[in-house]
Amino acid sequence: MSSGVLAVDLAYWQVTILRVLGLLAAVLLPAGTIVYVFLFKMMSFMQSRLGPMEAGPYGSMQLLAEVGKWLQKEDLFPDGADRKVFAWAPIVVVVSTFIMYAVVPFGPDAWFADLPTGIFFALAVSSVSVIGILMAGWASANKYSLMGGLRATGQLIAYELPLVLAVLGVVIQAGTMNMQGIVEAQRNGEIFGFGGIGNPFILTQFVGFALFMIAMQAELTQPPFDMPVAESELVAGYLTEYSGLRFLLFFIGEFATAGAFSAIAAVLFLGGWALPGISFDSNLMNVLGPLVMLGKMMLVVFLVMWFRFTYPRFREDQLQIFAWKFLIPISLVNIAVTAVLKVAF
Amino acid sequence: MTAVSERQQLAYIASQAADMRVNVELETEGMTLNIGPQHPATHGTLRIIVKLDGEQVVAADPVPGYMHRGYEKLSEVRTYPQVTTLINRIDWLGSFANEVPFILAAERLMEVEAPPRAQWIRTILFELSRIANVALFLGDMAVQLGAVTPVFYAFRDREYVLNLIESATGGRFHPNFDRIGGLKDDLPKGWIAETNQVMQKVQAFCDELDALLLGNEIFNVRTRGIGVVPAEVAQSYGLSGANLRASGVDWDHRRDTPCGLVYDKLDWKVWTHPDGDSYARYWVRLQEVREAAKMVVQLCDGLPPGPIMAKVPRIIKVPAGEAWAVTENPLGEMGYYIVSKGDLVPDRVKIRSASFNNISIVPWLLRGVYVPDVISILASLYFILGDIDR
Repeated sequence: MSSGVLAVDLAYWQVTILRVLGLLAAVLLPAGTIVYVFLFKMMSFMQSRLGPMEAGPYGSMQLLAEVGKWLQKEDLFPDGADRKVFAWAPIVVVVSTFIMYAVVPFGPDAWFADLPTGIFFALAVSSVSVIGILMAGWASANKYSLMGGLRATGQLIAYELPLVLAVLGVVIQAGTMNMQGIVEAQRNGEIFGFGGIGNPFILTQFVGFALFMIAMQAELTQPPFDMPVAESELVAGYLTEYSGLRFLLFFIGEFATAGAFSAIAAVLFLGGWALPGISFDSNLMNVLGPLVMLGKMMLVVFLVMWFRFTYPRFREDQLQIFAWKFLIPISLVNIAVTAVLKVAF
Repeated sequence: MTAVSERQQLAYIASQAADMRVNVELETEGMTLNIGPQHPATHGTLRIIVKLDGEQVVAADPVPGYMHRGYEKLSEVRTYPQVTTLINRIDWLGSFANEVPFILAAERLMEVEAPPRAQWIRTILFELSRIANVALFLGDMAVQLGAVTPVFYAFRDREYVLNLIESATGGRFHPNFDRIGGLKDDLPKGWIAETNQVMQKVQAFCDELDALLLGNEIFNVRTRGIGVVPAEVAQSYGLSGANLRASGVDWDHRRDTPCGLVYDKLDWKVWTHPDGDSYARYWVRLQEVREAAKMVVQLCDGLPPGPIMAKVPRIIKVPAGEAWAVTENPLGEMGYYIVSKGDLVPDRVKIRSASFNNISIVPWLLRGVYVPDVISILASLYFILGDIDR
């Protein structure tokens, strides 16, 4: 958060502490909301059951109970495990998620870091989690984990490409890589001369949005792209040997990454913290912005989870074919068309 | 043999040798993966040792026996009515269907026949247990492919059928209801009307899964052309039930073998599918659940009045002799061969259960497939561990 929000001058260390607390809140609150609202409740309603009902009203405290359960479980290391790598793997995964959030703007002045190449930075650090997953798969000394780790690596690298290429269309249209700039471009944009609602890029970049959503589903290893953790084949893939706190870290990582990617999708395609057609002064927007962002993020996560609960999973080779033979050519065509239209209009 | 010139032959040999060299250079050590006995996909304790090259299966070897309970031997120290308690637990999802062939074999030895009403109710319960069993497969197959939702639908609608079985027999999973010469009890009041309603729900459940899975592109690419069993291979491995019919072999004991059930009085159809792949096995089972629901409605309509028990002595002694009875159980052909020496207990019981033969094809079928397909093929073969190990 920039100091402008509070309208007082703070020392550097105070700002830093505020930023760290803000980042923690920005990572953990959406992750918790996603787990409770979607994983516990929406999934249950789709499957004609109630989900957790006992802990708190409508089971809303269930998450605390789960976290408590994991915290008190024994921190197990398998016999043949590479202990250091095994211990660090979940931390690598979680850290990459935290850094991704750093460049996401939540309001006109509500940001953690305003990098000129923000979106590039976010996509770059998102790939760091691959290393963590490969570390987990290798260090577990388990054949299922190893296969899961290798599958995850192949999958994440393959889907990085359509993800980046889908973003390129937006970057071309906005003319900037700065996330704040992309939001501004959508707020002040026009669609063929009509500027009443700005230009949320989902309207002009709908192909890019579809590509981004598919690639994002794969990056999050959610079904139908969940071969790395396929519980019916690989038991739990690279998660098989983890327990207690370290499993919890992976779990937070999974859903916090879902939150981070949906925040990026919200910024790129849904107009970020801005509301279409409505402009408040920037101080009010600094307070409203995070809420608007949260709403848009949840909209994106809803789509992700909807697919997750409906589809069976691909096979590993089919997944690669899907990425290389369909998504990447389509995204290249999308970039070409966007570039031509950008020059033409 | 086509005529080949010497030169062509030499070129062929040279290319083969080149391939060999490349293979030796690039060859990586295979991995032996032990799927089971504790593994989420084997729903029980089947162990399959697969040798992998990357993710491709080089060889697969099923190791059954982790749940062997010795029912054939245990039957030899139990009286005939007591045996039904044991054999309930062979295919635990469709328990009532296990009792029927044993009772039929015993009735054949004693030369008694159940009265018509008992035969009709037997057929109703037989088909209900088929629905209870196969409905779970329809959901479970989806879980093995990674879709979590259908299995909850399966459990939800299976519950209605289990309630019916429970209200008629007193047991949800292990009814122990069939008796030599008839049944333990008549149907409770209002049961017929409720059954008709539940059968509508079952039909709706089938339509739901049809729309949810069979129309799904991912389900199609994961199952079509995967695990193809040609008809002659299926027959040579002794497959039975839906696995055989999915390979295009029109063979169903309900229609082909006259037994003590009343299938000949019903209007129904044996479904087959020409493809023999996982999709075909799923499709055939889905049709069978629909067909079973139709049959139950017809059976309820035409249920004849009368007694439910023939005249049998209070203490059952089966005359000396040998008898074989076989029925088309939910998992396939199930038969009992009883050898009696005129005692209270059978001298020898041989149980032929479908799953044991059905998984005998696993080494042949899994060669060359990918690991994810190992799971989907095993799921589509549909075995119950109790039915393999007995």
